[in-house]
Amino acid sequence: MTAFGAFVARARSQGRLVVQPRMGMSRLDEMRLGLYATRNAAATTVGTLTVDSYTRTGALDEARRAIDDGTALNGYPIASYPPDVTRSLLRGIADEEFPVQVRHGSARPERIVAALLAAGLDATEGGPVSYCLPYSRLPLREAVTSWQRCCELLAAAQEAGAQPHLETFGGCMMGQLCPPSLLIALSVLEGMFFRQHGLRSISLSYAQQTHTGQDEESVAALIRIAADRLPDIDWHIVIYAYMGVYPQSPGGAQLLLDEAARLSVRTGAARLIVKTTAEAHRIPTVEENVRALETAAVVAGEEGRAPRTGIADTGIHEEACALIDAVLDLDADIGRALVRSFAKGRLDVPYCLHPDNAGRARSGLDSSGRLYWTDAGAMPVAGRAGAGRSATGSRELLDALSYVQRTFDERAFRTVAAPLPLSP
Amino acid sequence: MEHTAAEPSGLDIVVTTMASDSHTWNLVFLQLLLEELGHRVTNLGACVPDDVLVEECRRRQPDLIVLSSVNGHGHHDGRRVLPALRACPELLETPVVIGGKLGITGAADGDDTAARGLLAAGFDGVFTDVGAVDAFKVFVQRLAAGVPA
Repeated sequence: MTAFGAFVARARSQGRLVVQPRMGMSRLDEMRLGLYATRNAAATTVGTLTVDSYTRTGALDEARRAIDDGTALNGYPIASYPPDVTRSLLRGIADEEFPVQVRHGSARPERIVAALLAAGLDATEGGPVSYCLPYSRLPLREAVTSWQRCCELLAAAQEAGAQPHLETFGGCMMGQLCPPSLLIALSVLEGMFFRQHGLRSISLSYAQQTHTGQDEESVAALIRIAADRLPDIDWHIVIYAYMGVYPQSPGGAQLLLDEAARLSVRTGAARLIVKTTAEAHRIPTVEENVRALETAAVVAGEEGRAPRTGIADTGIHEEACALIDAVLDLDADIGRALVRSFAKGRLDVPYCLHPDNAGRARSGLDSSGRLYWTDAGAMPVAGRAGAGRSATGSRELLDALSYVQRTFDERAFRTVAAPLPLSP
Repeated sequence: MEHTAAEPSGLDIVVTTMASDSHTWNLVFLQLLLEELGHRVTNLGACVPDDVLVEECRRRQPDLIVLSSVNGHGHHDGRRVLPALRACPELLETPVVIGGKLGITGAADGDDTAARGLLAAGFDGVFTDVGAVDAFKVFVQRLAAGVPA
């Protein structure tokens, strides 16, 4: 058992940011080399087993067939390899100095959670809303039931002496274009759901968005709300480097990751999920992942010595609290409250096609690149009509989706093209 | 922004991804694009199982079926889904196109070979490289105008 939460807490108390890749291969030798390289990177790292998308969607026969045929999958088929195979994969690599988290994206992850526990692992991530609405067609009610069972499986392992850790994915909804107040609210609500079903060590996610100042305010609000609402369990904040359309130039991609590392350190987040310079083009190699981990660690170290500046309050904390309270008012059972909230449109994820999402909310970017509601639907927050472009046509949508890519590719180009300073 | 109302000559189009693919921004974009061009879109959303995909298409008998995938399993999933569509008498002649990021390598050469393979397998169009959106728009406009592909 790998004590994920304790490892991160220890690093944090020593002022070191934990960095983590996304990584999953179906071939055992490749997966083992990937974990080994992550462990040996010059950074404080935790490992990742990302499962493949057949396993994620429950098509275990397809995953099995691919293993038998020797066809490469886009991740590690943890529920199709026997537990002993996964144990030997991890032997000598995963331990208390190098915890490994299983990342899966599944709306109904019982088989995955059972498989990871059987293999001696106990850290994973997701959530009843965040792995259902954006990525599946499973009714939300069924995802809530499934996630409740998964929490209970993990909590039972806790009784048996393990220290399971579960991370919310609610702070990453749709990857991009979801205004921060809803990201914060969903991250906190999923964390409260995990706590209600027995988890004692969790992390709350927040994905880097389109504007650094807005992100700093958002993470500060998330920390404040977590301290209020989760006072009696172990928690930390995990930042995701931008999850939307990624800069195409290596320089732009690097600048964006640097920004995420600085955001993590400035806000007091404990862990960062990195992206690589290959992100816009393909699944990254192990070497590209190691380089991303190491450069993020260097930037984080430099930022740790930089002076802090104040964070403005534009009302994100208040808006997130209003959303959370609107849900909690509906039912003491957080799972039921979440289902009812989406049915009533009190929570409404912009551009989410799932049938259980009201689908009235829309968002856009203002002229400074901040995310805002162009239409908040029936949510208890005010839209700022006329504040900027709403992303309602295909052209506007593409512009908004590619705003970060464009901005950082241009920034990288300007950096390269800048005239050399005169020598003294 | 106002969408152009679908004209009588507009096509009925099913936009969908396949069972293992959870990405939807591509689907949201394609729906807006096609609606702006005057077509009517049924968007089946994320992770569409083969039987749901086939049944929806059979029931709606669209003028065009657009498969979009970006998770790297598109080559594999597309080759599995197409015969199932063609097995329906109602869908024998329906144009079916596929696009997105279809493999896990991202290598242009591999994509080119694989694209030819998908055309050989019976897809009416494969849209994967730079300029894919423009090529796709041309394809749809020709189809709407009744120009043989």
